[in-house]
Amino acid sequence: MRNLFPRTLQTTIIFLIVGGIMALALGGYFSSASNEFTGSLVEIQAWFSARFLAVQDFFTSPRDIASLRQRNAELESEVAELQAQVIQLQQAVGETQLLAALVDFVRVRPENTYRAAAVIGRDPSPFLHYVIINRGSNEGILRGMPVVTNQGLIGRVDAVIADAARVQLITDPASSVNVRLQNAETEASLIGSVTGDLMLEMIQQDIDVQQGDLVLTSGLGGGYPPDLIIGQVVNVRSREVDLFKQATVQPVVDFNLLKIVLVIVNFKPVDFDALLPVPTP
Amino acid sequence: MRNLVAVPVILLTVILQSAVISRVYLLSGIADLPLVMLAAWALQDGVDSAWHWAIATGLLIGFISGISWVVPVAGYVSVVLLAYMFQRRVWQAPLLAMFSITFIGTIIVSLLSVGVLQLTGVVLPISDVLGLVMLPGVLLNMLLAIPVYAVMRDLARWVYPAPEVE
Repeated sequence: MRNLFPRTLQTTIIFLIVGGIMALALGGYFSSASNEFTGSLVEIQAWFSARFLAVQDFFTSPRDIASLRQRNAELESEVAELQAQVIQLQQAVGETQLLAALVDFVRVRPENTYRAAAVIGRDPSPFLHYVIINRGSNEGILRGMPVVTNQGLIGRVDAVIADAARVQLITDPASSVNVRLQNAETEASLIGSVTGDLMLEMIQQDIDVQQGDLVLTSGLGGGYPPDLIIGQVVNVRSREVDLFKQATVQPVVDFNLLKIVLVIVNFKPVDFDALLPVPTP
Repeated sequence: MRNLVAVPVILLTVILQSAVISRVYLLSGIADLPLVMLAAWALQDGVDSAWHWAIATGLLIGFISGISWVVPVAGYVSVVLLAYMFQRRVWQAPLLAMFSITFIGTIIVSLLSVGVLQLTGVVLPISDVLGLVMLPGVLLNMLLAIPVYAVMRDLARWVYPAPEVE
């Protein structure tokens, strides 16, 4: 009984002390001491954690970088393939749009028969403006046939072999096309130049030519069919001392970007050689 | 048999000229790859067939072009003649000779073209010809001169290997 009391008392006192400490701690009376303690523990744990992570990175990172590099190379390769596909598709879309425009052009002019041809080259001489197309006499192309795009006239066939032909552009310095001005209702001659500029000549002085007037083929001379669009007047030069006016024409066709053209195969140019007088001795 | 190499080289040069080089404009001038190629070929040591190359290239260009075949044939033969003169008598520095022949040769071919076109009735303003066609053409040919010379030098070493010295 004597032994039991002190032991029970000791246990009670211990519980009271622990309970008191807990009560004080919960009441916030030990906050500074507990903060110090827990702060130290957190710092120690953070130190160990950081060292562990560093060691873990040391062993695992090289493998990750290698795999990432490999994956990056795969993705870059895939991106390059996709970019190539995009470029091909853009080209295909461009060609499709061009062909659709040519088909529309053909539909609105059912009186003509056309043969499509791709431009495969240009004249090697910088003084001449010719293009080479990939259709020749095997496809019914003949010398003198007019060549157009969906935008307008570009020239006529100058020479033909079996599978190719050479087309003289209207911008060539040796080219001359008889044209009419739609608004002015007059005719003139369209001349090319070495720089590719188009000039209207032989316009009578009393004719009123305005900037923006539409220039069309007149059909005069039989070299080209009538009413093919060529361009617009951008500048008129008139001097009183000259017999005729001159005008600069902006062509509707961009001759530097010719890709696909249409040859009018049912047009027969008129050959005036038979009508020319033969000198008699 | 060595001259057979001329067939693919001339064909490739003419095709490149018509399909690619002729589409690259500087003002209204374009480069003349066959001219530069012939000048570079004629300047190589041991090459004795440049005359044949010039005539064949000139005929091929004359066939493709709208201009008379006389112009490229006479122009390219003149270039080869110039190259032989420079190589044997005047210059020892091949690149300097290359530039000189390219410069003079381009002007000769241009003047021949203008002359023939004027004879056929084509009106060519001299100011446009000089400023917009000839000078840009000279510049473009000069730019082509060094790479074409390097290619033709390698080709000449392959076709005409130097004799082994014992």
